[in-house]
Amino acid sequence: MKTASVSMLLGSVLILGLFVFPMWNIRLGAPQYPEPLGIDIYINGLKGEAEFDIQNIDGLNHYIGMKILPKPADMWEFTVFPMVIMGMSILGVLIAMVSLLKRISPNWFLFWFILMSILGALGLYDFNQWLIEYGTDLDPNAIMKLVNPDGTPMQYNPPLIGHKKLLNFDAYSYPRLGGIMLFVGMFFTLLAFWLGKRSLKTSL
Amino acid sequence: MKSTRIFIGAAIMLSFLFASCGNQGASDSGKGKGALVSSAAEKVYVAPGERDEQYAFLSGGYSGNLTVYGLPSGRLFKEIPVFSQFPTSGYGYSEETKPMLNTSFGFVPWDDLHHPDISQTNGELDGRWIFANGNNTPRIARISLSTFETEEIMEIPNSAGNHSSSFITENTEYVVAGTRFSVPVPQRDMPISEYKSNFKGALTFIEVEPEHGHLDIKFQLLMPGFNYDLSHPGRDKSHGWFFFSTYNTEEANTLLEVNASQNDKDFIAAINWKKIEEYVNNGGGTKMPANYAHNVYDEATHSATSTMKKEVLVVNPSEVPGAIFLLPTPKSPHGCDVDPTGQYIIGSGKLSADLTVHSFDKMLDAIAGEKFDGEAYGIPILKFEDVMAGQVKSGGLGPLHTEFDGKGNAYTTFFISSEVVKWKLGTWEVIDRQPTFYSVGHLMIPGGNSRKPHGKYLVAMNKITKDRYLPTGPEMEHSAQIYDITGEKMELLYDFPTHGEPHYAAGCDADLLVQNSKKIYRLDENKHPYAINSPAEAKVVREGKEVHIYMSTIRSHFTPDNIEGVKVGDKVYFHITNHEQDFDVPHGFSIIGAGTSEILVMPGQTKTSLWEPEKVGVWPFYCTDFCSALHQEMQGYVRVSPASSDLEISWSLGD
Repeated sequence: MKTASVSMLLGSVLILGLFVFPMWNIRLGAPQYPEPLGIDIYINGLKGEAEFDIQNIDGLNHYIGMKILPKPADMWEFTVFPMVIMGMSILGVLIAMVSLLKRISPNWFLFWFILMSILGALGLYDFNQWLIEYGTDLDPNAIMKLVNPDGTPMQYNPPLIGHKKLLNFDAYSYPRLGGIMLFVGMFFTLLAFWLGKRSLKTSL
Repeated sequence: MKSTRIFIGAAIMLSFLFASCGNQGASDSGKGKGALVSSAAEKVYVAPGERDEQYAFLSGGYSGNLTVYGLPSGRLFKEIPVFSQFPTSGYGYSEETKPMLNTSFGFVPWDDLHHPDISQTNGELDGRWIFANGNNTPRIARISLSTFETEEIMEIPNSAGNHSSSFITENTEYVVAGTRFSVPVPQRDMPISEYKSNFKGALTFIEVEPEHGHLDIKFQLLMPGFNYDLSHPGRDKSHGWFFFSTYNTEEANTLLEVNASQNDKDFIAAINWKKIEEYVNNGGGTKMPANYAHNVYDEATHSATSTMKKEVLVVNPSEVPGAIFLLPTPKSPHGCDVDPTGQYIIGSGKLSADLTVHSFDKMLDAIAGEKFDGEAYGIPILKFEDVMAGQVKSGGLGPLHTEFDGKGNAYTTFFISSEVVKWKLGTWEVIDRQPTFYSVGHLMIPGGNSRKPHGKYLVAMNKITKDRYLPTGPEMEHSAQIYDITGEKMELLYDFPTHGEPHYAAGCDADLLVQNSKKIYRLDENKHPYAINSPAEAKVVREGKEVHIYMSTIRSHFTPDNIEGVKVGDKVYFHITNHEQDFDVPHGFSIIGAGTSEILVMPGQTKTSLWEPEKVGVWPFYCTDFCSALHQEMQGYVRVSPASSDLEISWSLGD
């Protein structure tokens, strides 16, 4: 049971990596951008991979009428997400501490994992909604108004995960160290549940 | 006269002889020709998307500028304007850069750029700056190797034909500028025929401030009225000394081709600059009135200022005994080169077949033993036999310049016999010779002017092109050849045209510069007085007859792009700030009828173009650099009203 508690503790602390490292990254490469432009998505805002990448992406996006990339104050997510992650981390640490002091049901670990998974899924859903909105809500007076072969307006939302071709750009969207730490942290809490279950069986 | 004719005749016959010898050599080594040719191609082929191993900075000679090439491909990357106006970027045309070309003679928009030299630390290239000399109106320039732009130009007073320049000491303590033509010092109205013993040759030691590289003349040595042709610093063991070749020790003032070729031996002047520096630091020397320009470009304000300096410290050789000695060297020596160990000083007697190599150790011994062979204007002359280490019986004709590979070999160009000769330091034996095409002047081995040459490629820079390329009328670019010098024998790899007339070059490994090469100027560091931080700050201000337009560029528009209220007779200053912060996105600017060049404004930079409208009308301006897909739309209008109009200044964008 002790290893399970330690695993829970480790998992809950690991997700705090989101406060230090970017959660997600979108990279835009094109022939004339051999060094791709990149956006690091942090839990509390966007940051260019290179110092002026955000400004330069905005500069390019103005041709197709996209809005400028949001500042932290422009999106509630950048305020709420940090609170959620901090809250979940504290909760996880508390559960782990309690389980170190006295025997509690490993279902608490599972409860934390399920709650985190629901919140995470909501977060990803929200993120994807934002990508779609950002890529499709275009200025009607845009300089370039491009249409798909079927006549519908071209959309420029980058993929949630993976690669997508956007005009001359190749867009790549993947989790970064902060996001990976979240997933690994969650895995540890699931592992805690499994270890806890196993130790219950052996002690019986 | 007669002896000269015979000599030239003999030289021409010999050159035929050696030219055919050279061809013989080439056909000998061409046995496995197919394989050889393909390997030469592979050695210089830099595939699309790949980059060159080394940078080569070739002087532009009469272009006044410096060209940047890649080795081994021979591809041209950039022309850096130094001493000449350059309409491509607006250098010398923009208000910010006009002061760079100021001199005591006023605005001098051209010069003859000769000898680039890269800054060093402990005798090794450090890649901070490259220095170059203007030969005609004596000037020394310092060019940044992070921006590849000229940052500073110092005029040299009391000098004329600034040729034995701009060589640097091994910790970049000094950049040295020697005069080729001796002149009256100070300048005055006097008969030319009284040249002898009245004219002086100024050797100028310019201190380089270690952090920013700023230049300041420390002292000028007023030498006898010889012609100081080329120079090189001592290095390693001979650090602290500087060596100058001389011709016209006859002190002739007319028909020099004959009259300056009479003495069997001229001199290499050895100068113990550390000793003179000490003398000067202790208050030695005389402050002499002078008038010379010091022009400094500030990267933060993107602007140059020109200051006239009014004084120079001069030192006469007699004031510092034991600091200057003359080494007899045969036949009007041209090149004066020092090997990487600092032991050998090579004098290329340009009218002879042989090279004379002096030994630094022997020179010190001779000085210690006071074995003098007379004096010239109080400067002791050492005995030829006492200082000579050896002579290279080259079999070539007209030796000019020598570079080194760091493996104990030296490479000398022969102008008359059109070849590069490889020989061994110490044994003086000739190892190999390869023809050049044609009449080679300088040669360059990257790092060859330091303690640590990168002995891989050798670039020979020729004076005559003739049939090497497709003909382009009477005037052609000069040719250069690249040789692989890694083997015992040199291998000709490639042949490429150069711009202007390269006199010398400097080269270094790409790695030394690539990381420091700037991509943009930061807007938040822009201290230009007319810069604006954002397009929202754009404005037009009338100050009497001057109109200042604070203009912004970003893809793909000018802010403002409609301007009214300008009148005939106004001086209109377009101060353009490029608000891009993206690599390689400059914007250009020009307006119809402007009596100046375009300006090319780099990201984060501010440049100013002056326009003096003379005609009433509505006149367009546009972006001259194809900046984006909407480049053609990047344009605007200025309405010019009659001088009597009372239309107020107004401006707008997008309404």
